[in-house]
Amino acid sequence: MMNNKKIILTDVTMRDGMHAMAHQFSDDDMAVIAKALDEAGMDIIEATHGDGLGGNSLQYGLAKNTDAEYLAAVAPQIKNAKLSVLLIPGIGTIEDLKEAMQYGINTVRVCTHCTEADVSAQHIAFARKNGLDTVGFLMMSHMIPPEKLVEQAKLMASYGANCVYSTDSAGNLTPDGVTARITALREALPADVHIGFHAHQNLSLAVANSIAAVEAGADRIDVSLAGLGAGAGNTPAEPFVAVCNKLGIPVGADLYKISDAADNLVRPRMTHPVQVDGKSLMIGYAGVYSSFLLHAERAAARYGVDTRDILVELGRRKMVGGQEDMILDVALDIAKQAK
Amino acid sequence: MNKVRVAIMGSGNIGTDLMYKLKRSKVLEPRIMIGIDPNSTGLQRAKNEGLLVSHKSIDAVREYADQFDIIFDSTSANAHIANAPVYRELGKIAIDLTPAAVGPFVIPSVNIQDALKVDNVNMVTCGGQATTPITYAVNRVVPVSYAEIVATISSKSAGPGTRANIDEFTETTGKAQVVVAGAKKGKAIIVLNPAEPPIMMRNTVRCLMEQEGPEVEKAVKESIANIVKQVQEYVPGYRLKHEPQFDGNRVTVFIEVEGLGDFLPTYSGNLDIMNCSAVCVAEAMAAERFNVK
Repeated sequence: MMNNKKIILTDVTMRDGMHAMAHQFSDDDMAVIAKALDEAGMDIIEATHGDGLGGNSLQYGLAKNTDAEYLAAVAPQIKNAKLSVLLIPGIGTIEDLKEAMQYGINTVRVCTHCTEADVSAQHIAFARKNGLDTVGFLMMSHMIPPEKLVEQAKLMASYGANCVYSTDSAGNLTPDGVTARITALREALPADVHIGFHAHQNLSLAVANSIAAVEAGADRIDVSLAGLGAGAGNTPAEPFVAVCNKLGIPVGADLYKISDAADNLVRPRMTHPVQVDGKSLMIGYAGVYSSFLLHAERAAARYGVDTRDILVELGRRKMVGGQEDMILDVALDIAKQAK
Repeated sequence: MNKVRVAIMGSGNIGTDLMYKLKRSKVLEPRIMIGIDPNSTGLQRAKNEGLLVSHKSIDAVREYADQFDIIFDSTSANAHIANAPVYRELGKIAIDLTPAAVGPFVIPSVNIQDALKVDNVNMVTCGGQATTPITYAVNRVVPVSYAEIVATISSKSAGPGTRANIDEFTETTGKAQVVVAGAKKGKAIIVLNPAEPPIMMRNTVRCLMEQEGPEVEKAVKESIANIVKQVQEYVPGYRLKHEPQFDGNRVTVFIEVEGLGDFLPTYSGNLDIMNCSAVCVAEAMAAERFNVK
């Protein structure tokens, strides 16, 4: 059931990738990467703190620069692509969005946990009213069945979202789970509402899952250069575009140019390998929010416990995105029990 | 001595839970519950408990003005802004549980004296009630340059009001760290968690202190332990989950709030702490203004 619809790629190297960089890309780093992405034909380019607007915090990690500084650096580099920001209600506010709008952003992705769409009503309505490409982003979508996800997606569409994502924040879904969710969303939402998919590589399925999403009717896919992102990273742009080229799926990004950008600009800036190892695998396996990885490693080192024990316990307690403080809590509990 | 008679404006979960708490008070008597829906289960319960009830909203406030001296408002920010001038005109003391912030922020363990001088006080937010005492406890030992709080509540205990006004929650709670607790800068984050069974309300407070070292840590720990005891006097389910954790100039404090289970289940510590704090303020008002102790 493939057609020749062009797939819109959203690059998250400078947003989700910030988790893997402990939010330490400088505004200069972002300017260089943004220019390369724009020249490579990327459709939408997202930037700022890994947790989006207002994410700059002790809870999620202090970034090297402010959201405003990042946007000021990135915006002038972008000639053709759309500039996107991410907003998680509860972390960022409409005031933060208004500030970002001064830098000429085109897209905002308003995120909630997959069962809590109703907290995004004001933010989505505001963004749409102000002419932004407005995306609803349902995180941790592996935690609920497709029919429940549909209910929440319909809410976001009713507030004014012109695109809704199934966001596999934990990298826990297998291709059949992706197909089921995207198919259900496509059937339930109006034809003029785009469907998107955001993957993590924790089970080494990011490209396969993203292709499954396209085959099930997704319009937008998130990618990042060299797969830079939380946990084992996001869908790596280079192999994803290569596979799309082989399958005849039209995408705007140029394979050589994004490969060059990944190898020359992103890999040299990485502070540690972003890959499927014992710890990031456990994130996907236990169904835990990918951004917890570096925080869990730090807590494990501080309190002398095993990172994997922390991750598994976080999964057992059904912690959701944004609960980074509970990583310390769990580490303290495990350390107490070990005494 | 006669108890001070109070009205409950709003017949939802908060108002109903408040009624049960007020019935235990030695100095306050819940006299009337006012709502907008004649079929509300809250009004029915109030009637069964022997309260006067009305669904005529602000008209009922005027009609039954001789029946109460203090009014708890658990409606919504917009409704409270509209109601507040009427309460004042009638000479009533208003305890505002909405984010309207017509009157000053009050956190009983920190600035209850501020409440006693005015006729309209604002109870901040549940997260504000849970975290501001901690920031205050740190700041009274060593100046806090930045206070950041994370409040996590169960999805089930987050009502439509909280959900529709989540920005107000973060902005108001962040502001309380500065205005009430004295930090130079404040930020708040709220997370909803849908896990079943529902999680207990959790709060994490992180402060950046302008001095550090073993002496500071010892004094800060003691100050926090003292304020926790003070909060426990009016919120029995308020407790430190772990010892405060120090990392250079950063202190991290983990708080858990278990509700009393009056009307709302015990996991709803967020709603419980608001109501317990509001009752605490009203009882102090009863002593100060009406000499009922």
